[in-house]
Amino acid sequence: MAKKPVEKQEVETTGHEWDGIQEFNNPLPRWWLWTTYACIIWGIGYVIAYPAIPLPGGATPGLLGYSSRGEVAADIAAIDAMNAPLVARINELDLTEIATDDLVGGEADGFAYNGGQAVFQTFCAQCHGAGANGFVGYPSLIDDDWIWGGTIEDIHTTISYGIRHETNLDTRISEMPAFGEFLSKEEIGDIVEYVGSLSGINGAVATEENEMLFLDNCAACHMDDGTGDRFAGAPNLTDAIWLYGSDVETLTHTVTFARAGVMPAWEGRLSESQIRQAAVYIHSLGGGE
Amino acid sequence: MGILDKHGVIERNATLLMVLSLVVVSIGGLVQIVPLFFLENTIEDVEGMRPYTPLELAGRDIYIAEGCYVCHSQMIRPMRDEVERYGHYSLAAESRYDHPFQWGSKRTGPDLARVGGRYSDEWHVDHLTDPRSVVPESIMPEYGFLKHTALDIEFVEDRLIADAMVGVPYTEAMIASAKEDLMAQLDPYSDGIDNLYAGYGENVVARNFDGQDELTQMDALVAYLQVLGTMVDFSTFEPEASR
Repeated sequence: MAKKPVEKQEVETTGHEWDGIQEFNNPLPRWWLWTTYACIIWGIGYVIAYPAIPLPGGATPGLLGYSSRGEVAADIAAIDAMNAPLVARINELDLTEIATDDLVGGEADGFAYNGGQAVFQTFCAQCHGAGANGFVGYPSLIDDDWIWGGTIEDIHTTISYGIRHETNLDTRISEMPAFGEFLSKEEIGDIVEYVGSLSGINGAVATEENEMLFLDNCAACHMDDGTGDRFAGAPNLTDAIWLYGSDVETLTHTVTFARAGVMPAWEGRLSESQIRQAAVYIHSLGGGE
Repeated sequence: MGILDKHGVIERNATLLMVLSLVVVSIGGLVQIVPLFFLENTIEDVEGMRPYTPLELAGRDIYIAEGCYVCHSQMIRPMRDEVERYGHYSLAAESRYDHPFQWGSKRTGPDLARVGGRYSDEWHVDHLTDPRSVVPESIMPEYGFLKHTALDIEFVEDRLIADAMVGVPYTEAMIASAKEDLMAQLDPYSDGIDNLYAGYGENVVARNFDGQDELTQMDALVAYLQVLGTMVDFSTFEPEASR
């Protein structure tokens, strides 16, 4: 069924004809044409105003003097300028005074606490958990058990220099020996038994023999009563909090191969003020001393 | 309208249309391509950049083979929020020895351009083995098999040669000692460590990255992750404002 031929030719054709089919030579829609022209003009303006044409010595700079580096530097400088009095206050105060300071203290609306929370969620939560609850091998920060100390000064030192972070000269260092290298399996089993008896787990029973082994090998760092030594980063073994686990198998592994968790130093990556804010936040989580 | 009515001439002449199209495309192409011939001028010289060590390069190959780049970018954009979260914005020079670069355009996971030194080796091993053991909300797949897969170092010299051919400044000596350098980076007390430092600088981090005696793919990948973004010392870097 053929279409009716166009009765009246209002638009000129291209002059081509194929089997009776002709091609209109419609003009481009006006709005489209003018949009195109506007884009071209805008493009020329852009090239003049902004860095655009790449040349061997660098791109043309543009009349506005814009640079993405300049923009981000200005953005950061503007926020820094707003925060400057608060940051200065945090840095000049004694660590213990920050949380109760009139200007930067307080929890709900406190600059130090909220800044510390932001730092924690960005840099610390990956290991210690978003709620600071910790994971196996990564200490909880909401309990009273502190391996290297829970005063705000201790927390500040730990964040700044890290733990066993080799490339930082001030980092906290201690090394538990791998007792598997010089004790027999039976002796290690005895030590595990004694360690269990300290907190009453695993149905463990202390004997004179396994106590002797503990005193000879472990007490230098974990103390005679097993309560640990924060100078050596030796955890308290008498409580119910275990970083790597308290079952016999895990304890045997710990004594045999030793444990040496590493925490990065944040000095350099974070500013002194950020580290202080994080210390205030972590100290406030419930376990701070 | 005058000249604008003349387009009919171009449209009716296929050869002319083709030639003129070519001219237009060439202009566009030249504007993009010519600056690449003058890279020395467009990449600023930044202190600290060095080629990857053989172990890091092997790790980089695993990073690519496992498709890490599908979810992780390595490009911190010059915006305040990114700089606050990830660190100093990335410089072109920091990718100068990457063939191909790993900038990426999509982030399902976080940017990794400066992940080096941010977490401990143990964390990387734990997290790669079971991401949800440390980040419960993570949707990252598990890569624990890397810990049990030996690293194939048979072609490590060839790998360096391939990069040298596209402009990475590996010397003859570095290529010749590639295998020794790779093994030396796993043990800071080994005999070959001085040669590794001599070739790649004192800042190379040498240690047993996965905590196991065997040389595994996990060693290489963690070594690579731990060097990302750490080569340039930004405490002394002065950005040129015009870039």
